Amino acid sequence: MRKLYIILLFIVSAQWVTAQTTVVSGRVTDTKKKPMRGVSVTIIGTYDGATTDSLGEFVFTTTEKGAKILTASIADYKDDDHPVTIIPGQALKIDFTLKESLSELKAVIVTAGSFAAGDSKRGSVMSSIDIATTAGSNADISSALKTLPGTQQIGEQEGLFVRGGEGYETKQYIDGTLVNNPYYSSVPDIAQRGRFSPFLFKGTVFSTGGYSALYGQALSSVLLLESIDLPEKTEINASITPLVVGLGMQHLAKNKKSSWGFDYDYVNVGLYFAIVKQTPDYFRLPQFHNGDANFRIKTKHGGMIKYYTTFSYSDLGLRRPDVDTPNYKNAFALNNHNWYNNLSYRENLGKGWKMNLGTSFSTNLDNINQQVEDSADQPKQFDTATSYFMQAKNFTVQSLQNLFQVKAVFEKKITGISSFRFGSEYWYAYNKPIFNDTLHKQIDNYTAYFAEASIFLTNEIAAQIGVRAEHSSLINQSDIAPRISLAYKTGKDAQISMAYGTFYQKPEAMQLYYNTNIGFTKATHYIINYQYLNPQRIFRVEAYYKKYDALVSQVPYGPDFYSYDLAGNGYAQGLDVFFRDKKTIKNFDYWISYSYIDSKRQFLNYPSMIQPDFVATHTASIVTKRFFTKIKSGVNLTYSWASGRPYYDIMLNPSNKYFINAQGTTPDYNSLNFSAEYIPSIGKKNPRTFIVLFASMTNVLGQNQVYGYHYSYYGTSRQAIEPPAPRFYFIGCFLSWGVDRTQDAIDNNL
Amino acid sequence: MKKLCILLLAICYLQLAGYSQSDKYVAAMKTNLALFDSTGSIPDYIALSNTFARIGDAEKTQWLPYYYAGLALSTEGWTSKTIDKDANSTQILAFTDKAQALTTDSSDLSEINDLRNMAYVQQLLVDPATRFMSYGKDASMALKAAMDLNPNNPRSYYLEGMSLFNKPANFGGGKDKAKVAFQKALDLYNIATPKSLYPNWGKQQTVDMLAKCQ
Repeated sequence: MRKLYIILLFIVSAQWVTAQTTVVSGRVTDTKKKPMRGVSVTIIGTYDGATTDSLGEFVFTTTEKGAKILTASIADYKDDDHPVTIIPGQALKIDFTLKESLSELKAVIVTAGSFAAGDSKRGSVMSSIDIATTAGSNADISSALKTLPGTQQIGEQEGLFVRGGEGYETKQYIDGTLVNNPYYSSVPDIAQRGRFSPFLFKGTVFSTGGYSALYGQALSSVLLLESIDLPEKTEINASITPLVVGLGMQHLAKNKKSSWGFDYDYVNVGLYFAIVKQTPDYFRLPQFHNGDANFRIKTKHGGMIKYYTTFSYSDLGLRRPDVDTPNYKNAFALNNHNWYNNLSYRENLGKGWKMNLGTSFSTNLDNINQQVEDSADQPKQFDTATSYFMQAKNFTVQSLQNLFQVKAVFEKKITGISSFRFGSEYWYAYNKPIFNDTLHKQIDNYTAYFAEASIFLTNEIAAQIGVRAEHSSLINQSDIAPRISLAYKTGKDAQISMAYGTFYQKPEAMQLYYNTNIGFTKATHYIINYQYLNPQRIFRVEAYYKKYDALVSQVPYGPDFYSYDLAGNGYAQGLDVFFRDKKTIKNFDYWISYSYIDSKRQFLNYPSMIQPDFVATHTASIVTKRFFTKIKSGVNLTYSWASGRPYYDIMLNPSNKYFINAQGTTPDYNSLNFSAEYIPSIGKKNPRTFIVLFASMTNVLGQNQVYGYHYSYYGTSRQAIEPPAPRFYFIGCFLSWGVDRTQDAIDNNL
Repeated sequence: MKKLCILLLAICYLQLAGYSQSDKYVAAMKTNLALFDSTGSIPDYIALSNTFARIGDAEKTQWLPYYYAGLALSTEGWTSKTIDKDANSTQILAFTDKAQALTTDSSDLSEINDLRNMAYVQQLLVDPATRFMSYGKDASMALKAAMDLNPNNPRSYYLEGMSLFNKPANFGGGKDKAKVAFQKALDLYNIATPKSLYPNWGKQQTVDMLAKCQ
């Protein structure tokens, strides 16, 4: 018994005997053999371990023994496990090599040829608020994007003229589907605003070339707009300004899974034009009615259904002096109805599959009346035999443009963070213009198939390879367009990116009324860029070469008649630089853009390879924003400069060949734009009313702007193309009343 | 009799083994918690965080080690000028998720939410002008949750005071409002009786801040 007692006591006391310790040490490096500090090395399941020092070395003691697993781990790297057998007293030396884990947050992004704007987008250069507050933009998306490099300062026509391309070479997409009429209808020599408010969108990708195979039919660039999902809360908003008044509501369901809303605004320039003189003589003051409605529904698996519809009516009429006959005037009257619908559905299908469906329908009716009038504002008719070109300025057009489209994109995650996308789209375009009672009709069935793979070999190297096949029934042509982009991370916040692709675009509707045998116009892009990007600073430099392999050119057959063929061609090459800094000066945010472009093309009636009249060799912008917290106000200044644009007077010689009768370069473009906002409710907890007071002025210094010249038919006189007024002034008060979900007061009253 | 002895000794042995297990935990926690308050050289907070994470991974059922692993990273975030704040806060939030999964007690969850608030504030300060909408909202929601879960948690009012102190007066902040929050925090610190190993930091910081608010 005593023996047993002693044995048992011995066993128990054995617990109190200090076990023999073992020293464990080693070094942790990454795949490039650089030592890693801060790595946690642990014997799994125990407290024993240590953290590596600046040399990557660790050392600790353990009383564990036997078969264990020693692991090294640190965030963003794959854990490295080493099975070991610990023999007490026998020092253990283990080295680890850690491999970086593929992470969407850390991986390199393909940026060649594209600028991302938006709050949640990685690598964004601008946020949604930036688009609204950039001085000179007046909350117009295209105008704000003109402060980025690669765009031209074109003031007399709407559109984004990107890297030597015409305005129609840039197309806009909302939630994946094409927008047929992104701008209000054209008025001669006056650039129109975009139809969509920047506040409708949470993300924008502005591509200056080399864009993804998911998009096509734009030779130069695409603007991809992503609409917002559910609003934060139920809100009523109102705008009160001398030019526009509006009222709207966004309602968020109690379960926060759906929302609906509507907006109406009315634009009337009467009051404004009475105070600020305009050069044209308006016989019908511009008025716009805009209404829109939306609903959004969140689905069970984290998907989203969104519907947006907008209806717009506009009317205006203006007179300008006729260039051929000094006493006469050109009266232009326009009446427009536009209805745009967009329905999109994105869904997670499970097993790594995602689906994006989109459909849109739009109809646009322009009623245009162009009439030559004498000095008493009476209509004048001309004999077509003696003065065909004058009578040609009297016409009416009723132009109907309908576009219906469907698009489906499927995406599957493959190994790591790589993914594969494929899909198809179909557009039914119906154009019916009635020109002076002659009916033309044009129907195009356009189909496209596309596939694209985004491959991340490591966090440092990514490639995006895609192909797009298109067919247009109207021109009866097909094409296959490859798209390749690569990106390589050179440092913590820096990377190099490259893109190559071919891009096809149907000729413009006007050009196809007379001849549909033309075929696709074509451009090939080669782009390379270097980018450094962190939350405070962005620096980006990009070089590109664009070859226009096929462009539409005019084939004359008589002084006033011509048809079209595809014999045109051209090139554009240049350098774009962008620098943004939010940190150096407190509360001061600025960016600088500079573009250099060398571009020539022979297209339409150009007799030889010349610099197009919409290209200025140098363009630069400085955008500054400063917020004064003490007075809750922001002040924004933008200065834009561009070197002169060429202008040409092209005429037809007796041998039916075009020649340049006169040419020159406009003066440099200079404009200083100002805007300011005062937000009294900022910083207040749950303010009932959120107010923004806004004021802006373009061309503060009153600098003279000449965009080009209109020449008379015989080239003997000309008119400068200038803005309708030297400055544009705007003041406005924007209010919104939010409904906190916990205070249902407004809800009950509605 | 022999069998009974063996049985009794076996039970004793098992008891001792079990007792020494939690003894080990308490001892390890106490040792490392002491490093937080060290007045000598600044401790390596990353290593301290890793040590707490190790304890948490080994124990598997304790929320406190993960809480302190996050708190150590948060302390590093306040003092370091070179650390990547976004990556650091992502890690702190990962630790708060682990801690949250291991307790349902509302005063525990209140502490965890205070830690989440600090992680979001550190991210907000990276680029306040752009981030005050997103991270600012997350930070105030976390602080509100902390106050709702335990209205007597002094740390919540200390953090509220810090937020008010750094906000301009015309934005709803300022020293006067901050002083009220710090005073409430101090009153709660004075009557607090935290359990052993439970968070009880912040009293000295509150006293220092109150002095600045005078």
